[in-house]
Amino acid sequence: MSLPDVLITILKVLVIVLAAPLLALVLVYVERKTLGRIQRRMGPWHVGPMGLLQTLADAVKLLTKEVLTPERAEPWAYWIAPIVVFVPGIFVLVVIPFTPELVVSRLDLSLLYVFALPAVSVVGFIMAGWGSGSKYALLGGIRLVAQAVSYEIPLLFSVLGVAILAGSLSLIDIVNAQGDTVWYGVVQPVAFVIFIMAGLAEHSRTPFDMAVGESEVMGGPTIEYSGIRWAMFMLAEYVNIFILASLGTIIFLGGWHGPVLPGWVWYLLKTTPILLFVFWLRGTLPRLRVDQLMGFCWKVLIPLSLLNVVVAATFKVYGWGPTVPMVIASLLAAYWFYRREWLRVVAVPARDPVPVPVPAPAAAE
Amino acid sequence: MAEATSGRSDQNAEFMEINMGPQHPSTHGVCRLELAVDGEVVLSCRPEIGYLHRGVEKIAENLTVIQLPVITDRADYLSALNTELGVVLAAEQLYEVAVPERGEYIRVIMAELNRIANHMMFYGALGTDAGFSSPFIFGWWNREIIHDVFEEVTGARMLHNYIALGGVKQDVPPNFKDSVKKILPRLADGLDRCHGLLTDNEIFVARTKGLNPLTPEEALRLGITGPSLRATGLARDLRRLAPYSIYDRFEFEVPVGTVGDVHDRYMMRLLEMRESLRIIEQALEGMPDGEYRGEIPRRLRYPVGEAYSRTESPRGELGIYIVGNGQNTAHRVKIRAPAFVHVSAMEELLKGTYIADAVLIFASMDIVLGEADR
Repeated sequence: MSLPDVLITILKVLVIVLAAPLLALVLVYVERKTLGRIQRRMGPWHVGPMGLLQTLADAVKLLTKEVLTPERAEPWAYWIAPIVVFVPGIFVLVVIPFTPELVVSRLDLSLLYVFALPAVSVVGFIMAGWGSGSKYALLGGIRLVAQAVSYEIPLLFSVLGVAILAGSLSLIDIVNAQGDTVWYGVVQPVAFVIFIMAGLAEHSRTPFDMAVGESEVMGGPTIEYSGIRWAMFMLAEYVNIFILASLGTIIFLGGWHGPVLPGWVWYLLKTTPILLFVFWLRGTLPRLRVDQLMGFCWKVLIPLSLLNVVVAATFKVYGWGPTVPMVIASLLAAYWFYRREWLRVVAVPARDPVPVPVPAPAAAE
Repeated sequence: MAEATSGRSDQNAEFMEINMGPQHPSTHGVCRLELAVDGEVVLSCRPEIGYLHRGVEKIAENLTVIQLPVITDRADYLSALNTELGVVLAAEQLYEVAVPERGEYIRVIMAELNRIANHMMFYGALGTDAGFSSPFIFGWWNREIIHDVFEEVTGARMLHNYIALGGVKQDVPPNFKDSVKKILPRLADGLDRCHGLLTDNEIFVARTKGLNPLTPEEALRLGITGPSLRATGLARDLRRLAPYSIYDRFEFEVPVGTVGDVHDRYMMRLLEMRESLRIIEQALEGMPDGEYRGEIPRRLRYPVGEAYSRTESPRGELGIYIVGNGQNTAHRVKIRAPAFVHVSAMEELLKGTYIADAVLIFASMDIVLGEADR
């Protein structure tokens, strides 16, 4: 590597590092606007034109706030946790191919890399949960780790099928393999759905957000954090959502491929709907319970994702012929699993209405 | 679980003690639930109230009957008019004051509007506790519509001091009938939207169906009243059972549930709002012209004696007990607050549930801490 190459790489990395917070600011704004529209209100509109500077103002506020350390905190774990959570996101951004040219590092094992590194941020969350010295933080941390570790399995299995089809673990190869044939989202619809679901759970977004649920654990592991350190958790969350949408685009929707328009336009056109979908869910779904969440993972997503690997292998070996019935079968299986295993409502036998009149109300006092 | 609540260190114990509240967002005010949890399961719960205690009953003993609704408004601030109605009904028993027709009709319309406003708040709070922010906004849209009418009539949005001995404080504005008629379809439409947003939501159903079912016997033993009791299948509505004011003149259903789970309790509130709309419609039709406030005695000393009124407040059975002793101020004012009884029932209801469900069960009882602590 010659010196100019090194300099260019450093420049690219700098751009990524600086772009990540900017990205988060934009995404927070878009999310608040989307939520506002869903809830028949304006969303931020006061600061700057159309409220565009609202998130910037929030960021400035967070930067100038006092950084508190609780008395009972484990100082080291408490200090490092936001960094451990935030940094993997930036590392992952480095290998994401936005267009064939717009990629910092062309790693051969990038598919493995983008799923291995975020696992590190789970450690950050348990550090935050434990190090805060708060019971709610601990509870949220435990929930988050349990959920993130469980959902990593279907997440990886869902992209395993694509890796089989593409015959490569490089994101660039995967995109290129979709260029001349059909998108993998069409061949592997179940995998795409599982990928989005597991990705949402991995980053504890609605409806899988019980690790940070405000009504239960009041923000989970991040409850004791303030100022810039809390902002880093926030940044990490939105960078991760962007990465989720990017990977969805790259792995299942053909990345930058598309007619007429330049690659980066296509990339944005495919990423934005996924992002909006994630925000849309936040405005329209309640939160699952812990046991339902885990049951959904182990009883529905993991069997389905395994089945999906079989479908992918069939397609690879035998082509379309046997695959079409298998895709249909896997969709049916998905529906069956979903009805049977997840949506099991505890049945309480209905009673007939009790006739009125009732015992004298004096007893009620 | 004696040791769970005795406050000893839980460092090496099998359970963890968690203080839910008084600053927890899901305790609807400043209730404190001392939970002993084993992982996610609640082993025991000890509700602790008093963080919002302002001595409403004691203050009420230092007020004349005209001033009385001012402080009782502050007890149940979400349905102030319903509390006022109960207080004034008890006072009217003591003073033996007759209320003119128009006054009665205005009272019923205002009380039922307040019931809808309160249930809309319940709807939003339950949604928020289920981790869903949109119902809160949806509920508030409808609540704001009602509060606008309240502002026109009473001059205040929440704490009205409007229903008074012998009728109401002042007549409704001339366009009252029109403005209420105008909001009725909007409220019906808003109610449909609320139904569409949450009632059949798959996750919401999975969370609430079959959660914490109660039998009528259990509910009665715990002293639960109101919609939560009717959810168990017991059609016990004081408006029907022991009609006060002019509730015997209106046609309305008393919705009852089948299993008494959280989803039933939620449904009761939503169905009740529809019935309230029906009552308001009928009351608007029948509202006569004339006096809005009857003759009240010039000397407002409390007669010697006691009076007890029970009314169906949105939260349950609201009892007001007033003892007069010939002085300007009452000898004793006691409020039987349904929310207080419901908080005390939490100890049994929350045992063995998940933390996430405990939040929902607490919300499903529609507790206002202002009323529980008084």
